[in-house]
Amino acid sequence: MHQSRFPLRPLDSVPEQLGGGMPAPLADSSPPQIPQPGPPVLSSNPVEADALARAQAGDHHAFAQLYSLHKRRIYSLCLRMVGNISEAEDLTQEAFLQLHRKIATFRGDSAFSTWLHRMAINVVLMQLRKKGLSLISLDEAMEPAVEERPGRSFGEPDLTLSGAIDRMALQKAIDELPSGYRLIFVLHDIEGYEHNEIASMLDCSIGNSKSQLHKARLKLRAALRIHPHEEGPR
Amino acid sequence: MNDDQKEMSCAAFQAQLPDLIGSGETAADHPHLRNCELCRALLADLETIAEAARQLFPIVEPPDELWEHIESAIKKETS
Repeated sequence: MHQSRFPLRPLDSVPEQLGGGMPAPLADSSPPQIPQPGPPVLSSNPVEADALARAQAGDHHAFAQLYSLHKRRIYSLCLRMVGNISEAEDLTQEAFLQLHRKIATFRGDSAFSTWLHRMAINVVLMQLRKKGLSLISLDEAMEPAVEERPGRSFGEPDLTLSGAIDRMALQKAIDELPSGYRLIFVLHDIEGYEHNEIASMLDCSIGNSKSQLHKARLKLRAALRIHPHEEGPR
Repeated sequence: MNDDQKEMSCAAFQAQLPDLIGSGETAADHPHLRNCELCRALLADLETIAEAARQLFPIVEPPDELWEHIESAIKKETS
């Protein structure tokens, strides 16, 4: 069991966009001639900025506050990427441990949430690579599988899925995507990353990222055509 | 257009699709789609799948005990 004596509690009630009532930022390190003295503003959210500054100075309560602010997004991201609750919990834990180790290095070159999000993605990618994911997929791009070949297999227009996608069937189809396809599909279509960002994260070409995404969508389409209505009445 | 030409044309169009969709251009305006019901259906399906997928994943709450695990691990690392 994980009965911890560590005296931290995440502050579940902290509103994500609320700025009132927080103490002023800590230590002034700016030259006196700068009109607004204080440390660089590392987040546009005052609650987050304050927690971040304090967490960077080693305040564990502030770190717990950051956890509360970002746990949903990071956990949801992990869950989407791996499709497994237990793994998503482990990866969320690892992401926040990484955050704890590296938080002092955050300098505000990007939004904190973006930095953390990216860190979590890297944690997931490292884990997937440890498990043998070769992003398949990335090299198979030039050799489409039978169901992916253009033309004939897409056949009859009367089978079009438009407007009639069953959520359960789609979820199942995404869950069953090969890891590499799933990864790029989630990063692009769900998380909204651009192909150049994905290519950089996955160390592949932009063309590969596009091709993988396309293949993922084709696989989903094929799966939905085979099992278009698996769900019972909702 | 005979069947072979149409098939080749579909193959060429579909080979371009990843770039067309990935570039943010409106693939639906592509000339090939004017006369090709099959590729129109394909494009419509892919767009529908992408849109449906975006709505599929809600933001979810991790279990409460996850924080306990994290703080326990932090404590181990920092002690």
